[in-house]
Amino acid sequence: MKVTQISTFIENRPGRLHAACAALADRGVNIHTLSLADTAEFGILRFVLADPAAGKAALEAAGYLAKETEVVAVEVPDDAGGLADILAKADAAGLNIEYMYAFSMAAGRRAVVIIRFTDPDRAVEALSQQGVNVVAPVELLSR
Amino acid sequence: MMRENWNDVGQGFHPVSAPDYLPAAQLRELQLRRLKAVVERAYANVAPFRERMVERGVTPADMRTLEDIAKLPFSIKTDLRDNYPFGLFASPMSEIVRLHASSGTTGKPIVVAYTQEDLQVWASVMLRTFSAAGIHRGDIVQNAYGYGLFTGGLGAHYGLEAIGATVVPTSGGNTDRQVMLMRDFGVTGICCTPSYFLHLIERAGELGINLRELPLRTGIFGAEPWSEGMRARIEQESGIKAFDIYGLSEIIGPGVGSECAAQAGLHIFEDHFYPEIIDPETCRVLPDGEEGELVLTTLSKRAMPMIRYRTRDITHIITEPCSCGRTVRRIARVARRSDDMFIIRGVNVFPSQIETALLSVEGVLPHYRILLSREHGLDQMNVEVEIGAELFSDQVSAMEALHKRLAHAVERITGIRAGVRLVEPHSIPRSEGKARRVWDERGE
Repeated sequence: MKVTQISTFIENRPGRLHAACAALADRGVNIHTLSLADTAEFGILRFVLADPAAGKAALEAAGYLAKETEVVAVEVPDDAGGLADILAKADAAGLNIEYMYAFSMAAGRRAVVIIRFTDPDRAVEALSQQGVNVVAPVELLSR
Repeated sequence: MMRENWNDVGQGFHPVSAPDYLPAAQLRELQLRRLKAVVERAYANVAPFRERMVERGVTPADMRTLEDIAKLPFSIKTDLRDNYPFGLFASPMSEIVRLHASSGTTGKPIVVAYTQEDLQVWASVMLRTFSAAGIHRGDIVQNAYGYGLFTGGLGAHYGLEAIGATVVPTSGGNTDRQVMLMRDFGVTGICCTPSYFLHLIERAGELGINLRELPLRTGIFGAEPWSEGMRARIEQESGIKAFDIYGLSEIIGPGVGSECAAQAGLHIFEDHFYPEIIDPETCRVLPDGEEGELVLTTLSKRAMPMIRYRTRDITHIITEPCSCGRTVRRIARVARRSDDMFIIRGVNVFPSQIETALLSVEGVLPHYRILLSREHGLDQMNVEVEIGAELFSDQVSAMEALHKRLAHAVERITGIRAGVRLVEPHSIPRSEGKARRVWDERGE
């Protein structure tokens, strides 16, 4: 139930973000969602892609690094306290979160958050047991 | 001639390599005889050399022992420029069969010349170089040193043919074709600069070719200073054994010295090139074992003898006998040249120190360059470090920690606070010949 995230290193200078996205576009790889973590000099661009393998190949062919990381997509009720409730469950299970970012909003009152846990396998198991909907990659496709 | 004995590895040494194994006394005797002859020859035929001898009140007859070499004047690179193009030749043009020249990027090019005898000596010392690296008849060797005015390409070429290997004279450049031929021809050995070989490994990877799966097993690398860290990286990533060779055009080109299977210092072909180590400040000759500037005298060069040529390379002579059995002395790997040194905020820094610093952080040597600039009248050093797969993390905190560790390591080793910039893979220009590490944009 884990999702493969592709991350890449980009320098903080004009055109680099566009070039990375263009590399994916040229190979017809759709971006489900992304997050950019940036510092003054560089950024780490993290993608959830429709086809992670093709995306990794596209980025590498364009001269970018492309690293695979396993992340977990979690469905969150789009209500006040929805995310807090899930994070409370993660805390209760002793899950360590390294970073997280939101999935592009879907219709209806449901949202998806991408979370990088230190131990993604245990996270999937613990959250599922507590009734949290862990979204499969194939489901992301249909959103 | 017994062709079966023409292999160095496991079958004794190549007959041409015999001088490498001479008993010391015999070698010293040969050196003295040749020293006397070359000094006489230069004195008789090279006016600028004779003038300096006369100034010092020294004559060729003063060469009674090898130690008397210290009485002779030094020569330096500027001498070649000042006497451009043919002023240092000791042979008439009718006896000179080859000219080589430097690119002249820092002024007038320097020109070097060879007689037929010189070319034979050159081929023989290159044969000894390849033999020491275990290259033999049956090897297919890709020679990616530049062919042409640069001495690297043709120097290696004739040595390879002399040893009986199959030469693939690719010269430098056209990296994709280099990789393709390496794979298609079943190349077993390669000659080029170590930095270009790293570029080849990288490019092969991008083309989906793993060098570890090819028959390639030996690399003969030179023409620029490189470090043990770079060797470790080359050997690890390509699965080959990487040998360091030493030479310079002013002396002959490649073929002044080379590593053997022990990979513990470079044997100098002392029967042709007499090494001394001097203190570069005082010019005093230092005893074996002490670090200083390497000075070389060509003992048998005819077209263009060089007497006590200051190489600017910093090293020391290793006197302990080598496990390979060769008796010619070794020099330690040349990791730095006094020419490469730059001064920033009054501190002397060598690019090799930056390399040591970067290597110390994660045990891998990233591609890097050093940028020197002047901001508000103050010298700044920035080191750009390419982030490769082995250094990359998807976590900002990990990347920031790496950044901090790199900057600390550079400051710890050089004593200079430097800016470290993490840059994307392939963003630093690659060279197809000698690697360029320092970009000095401080102006005058």
